[in-house]
This record gives sequence, C-alpha cells and structure tokens, in this order.
Amino acid sequence: MSLLDVVDLRVTFSTPRGPVHAVDGVSFCVASGEVLGIVGESGSGKSVTLRAIPKLLHANAAVTGTVRWRGADLHTMPAEDLRRVRGGQIATVFQEPMSALNPVLPIGLQIDEVLTAHTTLDTAARRRRAVELLGLVGIASPTTRLDQFPHEFSGGMRQRAMIAIALAAAPALLLADEPTTALDVTIQDQILKLLLRLVADLGMSLVLVTHDLGVIAETCDRVAVMYAGRLCETGSVHNVFLRPQHAYTHALLRSMPGEGAARAMLVPIPGQPPRIDRPTAGCAFAPRCSFVEDLCTTTRPPLIDVAPQHRSACYAAARLPVRAA
Amino acid sequence: MTVMLAIRNLTRRFPARRSLADLLRGRPRQAVHAVEQVSLDVHRGETLGIVGESGCGKSTLARCLVRLHTPDAGSLAFEGADVLALEGPARRAYNRRVQMVFQDPYSSLNPRLTVGETLAEALHVHAIVPKADIPARVRALLDLVHLPHDAAARRPHEFSGGQRQRIGIARALAVEPHLIIADEPVSALDVSVQAAIVNLFMELQDRLGLTLVFITHDLRLVRHMTHRVAVMYLGRIVEVGPTAALFAAPRHPYTQALIRAVPQVKPGRRTTEAAVIGELPSPLEPPPGCAFHPRCPLADATCRRDIPVLEGRGGAWDVACHQA
Repeated sequence: MSLLDVVDLRVTFSTPRGPVHAVDGVSFCVASGEVLGIVGESGSGKSVTLRAIPKLLHANAAVTGTVRWRGADLHTMPAEDLRRVRGGQIATVFQEPMSALNPVLPIGLQIDEVLTAHTTLDTAARRRRAVELLGLVGIASPTTRLDQFPHEFSGGMRQRAMIAIALAAAPALLLADEPTTALDVTIQDQILKLLLRLVADLGMSLVLVTHDLGVIAETCDRVAVMYAGRLCETGSVHNVFLRPQHAYTHALLRSMPGEGAARAMLVPIPGQPPRIDRPTAGCAFAPRCSFVEDLCTTTRPPLIDVAPQHRSACYAAARLPVRAA
Repeated sequence: MTVMLAIRNLTRRFPARRSLADLLRGRPRQAVHAVEQVSLDVHRGETLGIVGESGCGKSTLARCLVRLHTPDAGSLAFEGADVLALEGPARRAYNRRVQMVFQDPYSSLNPRLTVGETLAEALHVHAIVPKADIPARVRALLDLVHLPHDAAARRPHEFSGGQRQRIGIARALAVEPHLIIADEPVSALDVSVQAAIVNLFMELQDRLGLTLVFITHDLRLVRHMTHRVAVMYLGRIVEVGPTAALFAAPRHPYTQALIRAVPQVKPGRRTTEAAVIGELPSPLEPPPGCAFHPRCPLADATCRRDIPVLEGRGGAWDVACHQA
C-alpha cells in the first residue's frame, strides 16, 4: 500500500494579474521506503506540488484534490491532527537553509522545538537525542555545534542541520525541495549520499524535487516529470531515462551535454518555457514539440499507462525514437 | 599552437573587513586569497575551460584577465604585450580585443537602453564602423546571435533569459574581439535553453575564429565543449590538460573527486559513498602546504608542509600534487 497518495492536485494562486494555475491536475503516489524524484524546469510547478502536500502554501493559494497520508486526507483533517503529521510524520527540507533556519536561535534549540512538539522525551533525553541527530547527519563535534547559531555553519553544514531538524521526530516521509541546488558539487554529492543512507537505515521515504536530471538518475527509484504544472510522465528512473514515453522527457534528455561526441552541436528544445498564466487547450509542450500533431494542440492528453508502472501523457509516446543505451 | 594570452604567477587578494575586537587587539588585517600564483596559457583558437567550486577564484581570475580587477602580483601578456602596463588608447584597444560575457544577463544589460542602443554604443565608443553604417551592423550582429531584427527597438526586460544572454553575446561581439571570457554564461538558464546558448558559442567560434575562455562549475558542459581544462581549488590551479584525456584519467585527487561527484545522467550508478569528505576551507586561512590536504586520502607530511608546484607530466598536462 502506498504511504502517500496524491490525486488530481490543483493549486491556483490568485494574483493581481489574474489566477495562475501553478499545479494543474497532478496525481502520484509514494510507497514506503521509496525515493521519488520530481523533475522540471523553473515554473513547472514541482516545488508548489511538494509544498502543497503538507499544506505549506500561502493563503493566496487555492488547493483542490486529495492528499491521502496513510489513508487519511491531509487537506480535510482537523488542524490539530495535521500539526501532528507535519514535522512528526512528514518533514520538509528546503533549498535555502539560511532562510529556512531561525537565525537567532542556536541549532540545538531548533532541534529541541521539534522534539518537544512530537516526542515525550525529557530535557536531558532531548539533548542526548539532538547530539545523536547531529552525529547522524555527519556534523563533527556535535556537542559544541548544538550551541552555535546558523551563521556559524557553512552552507553544507546548514543543510545537514536542516536535515537533522527534519529527522528529529523520525518521520516516515521526507520532502526535500532542491536540497542541494545552492551547494557546490562535492557538497551536493555528500548531502545526496547522506539522504540515501538515511533512507536505507531508517526505512524512510523521500520525495526529492530537483531540476537536475543527473541528481534524479543517481538518487531516485522513480521519477515524475513535470511541465507547466502538469505531470508528463512517471515511471522507474531506469525506464524513463532509457525509454522515455513523453516527447518533453525525450527532448530534455537529448538536450543534455554528454549525449553526443565532444563539441558536437547539442539538441536544444526550441522556443521558450511556457507561461503558466496563459494556459493552453491541448498539451502545454505542443508549441515546442517536434512530434506535434493536430490533436496535441486541441485536446489535453490524459496520463495513461504505457507500460507496467510507467504512465505518460503524450499522443506521440509510441512514435518516439528509442534512445541508445 | 600559438599562445595568445600568457598568465604568469597572477595573484589577487582582497582585504577582509576587520572587526573592532581585532582592531583593538592589534591583529593584522586578513586577506582573502582569491587567486594565488596562477600561471596559464590561452592558445589561439581554443576553448579553455576553467572549473572549480565556489570561492576557488575562477571569477576573480576572469575579471583580472579583462582588468576589471588589477592583480596584486604577476604578469599578463597578450600577444607578447604586457597588459598590466597598458594605459589610455592602448588599454582600450586591449579591452576591444578581449571581451567578457557575464553570468547574469539580467543585471549586465542597461535596462534603459534598447538593444539597438546598447549595441550601437559599443560600436560608437570603439569606432568600429562609420556612424552611417551602425544600423546595418546592429542588424548583422542580431543575425549572428539568431535574434530577429525587431529586437533592436526593444528593451532587455522584454526578452527571456536565453534571449538576454544572446544580447550579451552580441554586445561582446560588436567590438570584434579576438578573445571572449565567458563567466558562467549559461548557469542562470534552464537546461532546455542552455543547449542553444552552448551551440551559439561553438558556432560563433567556428565562424569567427574566436578564442574562448569558458568559466563554469558545470563539468558536463566543460567536458562537452572545451579543448583544454584547468581545475582550480582555493585560488590555485591544481591540474590543467587536454579535456578528453583529463576526464578519462584525472591525476589530481581533487579533480578525481570532483568528476566522481558530478551526477551522471545515467541510471544505475547509485551508491551511498560520497566522492570526497570534508568542506572547502576558508580562503581567509588556506591550509598550509597543499590546500586540498585536509580532504585528500593520499595526503602525507610533505603535503601538509609544502605547496605543490604545477609541473608538466607530459602531453601538455600539468598537475600540482606531491602524490600524483
């Protein structure tokens, strides 16, 4: 049974210039112990989708659809119950740890807040647990570090501290929104490997939002590709990367350097990323797609099974060339 | 292969702000060691990649090359002439031949000028063409970067990020440079747009015979488009060599770790073993000896004591490592 079930999620922001459909009918599930990647370019709605799960969006966001957590709908449950799930069972790690951490509280106290809210441990036990957590995420001399403030940590160490805070109540699901985008590549590598080790050791599930296909390929079990607020394709990383069934996924993979010979011309996707404040009738990718047909511009393609555990919303799925392994 | 730009022992430090407490205790002012003793040749017609993580000094080096920063020590020779001694018209002539493309096309274009005015200004200041020919030259430049002619009448905010970077490139090309220094020119762009700009650089280079110094943190791009690559760590070059050979068999332990840390766009390489431990040290207090020794699995007493010299290992390949 899946731990998290998102069905037909829609998020509309009301702005002075009219409604913006940031997430437009997204459905996916996350199984226990699974790592799901959500990938897309800027404005694809990937971060908004992630934040909508534990209801972390601002008041100007209208959210519809259901988000079932262990069978219970997070969006209709009483606030009291939601608070217990949020931070307790579902924890979130954000992209920019400096703005997500409280700059005037020592790291130890920020861990302690979570432990106070979600556990019955006494003061001494909470302190022991905080030291243990910092050690778990690879922060050296954790006892000293507990009393330090975020500004005394480096970028990588702040993200480790964020993860320690998220792990404090032993959540079953960790939501990570571009957790390594602000970090250098060797530090990104350390953080991703840390997350994978935690998933394996603690039996936790992970939803990782990123724009980097490489991060998805090396970190996730399954991937969901988003474009203009919609889900293009979901499936195992192996299948989606080797046999993409959506023209956008296909084009995105083909545009990456390293596909052809050195200094060969890359294959860019023509046109501009879509404006989500101007929704299209058919497939949002149609204006940039080289496999476009009439139907694509008039009727929105449904997300259907194209193979076992592999869904795609593309009329051209069967016509896409097979990628060389 | 002729050397176009010869960089020798280039050093640039930035004084750090001193706290009141330090001042009262009479502690000496600290300095950020941004670029330390960098020596590097740029060959005519090549694409040279400079890679490294944040704070390694790659952008400071780029700015020293176009004299946006004045180096504290070292020399810079462009086609044999001492660049740091150039004054007045000679310096302007150098800046005409060596142009820079910046990372952020949003902040490097004047928002009040139309694209045509931006390009005309460059043409006028450097007296590239007679005044009457400027509009025709502006159209030719827009053609070169694949923008429509009506772009000339519009202002930067009307363009997308990728188009703005094309404008930035057209502005650099306006003065007919021989060498372009591009500092992270595609880092602010979405993946699907990046490829088109990378193609533009390669196409322009082939058509105009440009020499390109491409500074980036993206190793996949460097591997794809450069002929040679220099790897920087904490202000110094640790390895420089032909791109294909260097990526196939990197010799410096840092280069090895860096290449291993880049996630490949191929499924099935999942491990929980990080490529390298530890963090980047502070450029205020670089470690003694080899700056990489605190993170290096091969480090010994020599590494902790002596700064390794960048020296040839055959095949135009230099490495600064006591162990490699």
